[in-house]
Amino acid sequence: MANSTPPASSAASRRPLSPHLQVYKPQLTSMLSIVHRITGVALTVGSIVLIWWLVAAAGSREQFEYVQGLLNHRLGQFLLLGWTFALNYHLLNGIRHLAWDMGWGLDIKRTYQTGWAVIGSSVVLTAVVWAIALKA
Amino acid sequence: MSLRSPLQRARGLGSAKEGVGHWWVQRLTAIALVPLTLWFMFSIVALQPAGYDQVRAWLGQPLASIASIGLVLALFYHAQLGIQVVVEDYVHQRAAEVTLQILTKFFCFFGAVACSLAILRISLGS
Repeated sequence: MANSTPPASSAASRRPLSPHLQVYKPQLTSMLSIVHRITGVALTVGSIVLIWWLVAAAGSREQFEYVQGLLNHRLGQFLLLGWTFALNYHLLNGIRHLAWDMGWGLDIKRTYQTGWAVIGSSVVLTAVVWAIALKA
Repeated sequence: MSLRSPLQRARGLGSAKEGVGHWWVQRLTAIALVPLTLWFMFSIVALQPAGYDQVRAWLGQPLASIASIGLVLALFYHAQLGIQVVVEDYVHQRAAEVTLQILTKFFCFFGAVACSLAILRISLGS
């Protein structure tokens, strides 16, 4: 909660603002950045299912089978697929962030290379996970 | 009266007066979550179709219990730090912001407690 002055006051004072999203052309770098946040929020919401699943497993067989039944439904499977991708993306892009924190890959060329690599590898990892799960 | 100069007091602490604490713990939990999440995801996948008995037998193993409790603690700590920044950045109405921050902290705290207790109940067999 570092922001004590809301941006409304700066808009009222008519000072120039940095360009907003509507002005900027969408770029790979900014898109991946916002997707990192969106997947983070989605995963936090999805953690409700993890809590529910674990608490049910600690409860009775009926409770657990009820939750498993919901997850095996079409909507449950769709959400799980979305969360698997969100998890893999957030994890791989998180490693990209950790590399940046160590000062590696901050130039434009590397940033784009690793960006595409994150997209590709999160799709592949999601496909691998679901291939193993569905084969069983 | 302190002999420290104002610059010395401010250096490294920034406008939030807490330095890099938030940033650092977010990275620390992220590093922990990389192996823990991959382990958890592939373990769940290997268990498919995950029946009640298989899941409990797996989670009840000492190493799986330890790793999964570590996972849920790091996960909810990391989630809480991340959502905090998202709320700070996008929710500009003060009452809504504070309410969301409180709800986030409560949700993540009790999420961590509920998951840890569930894993302990399975591993200690009650």
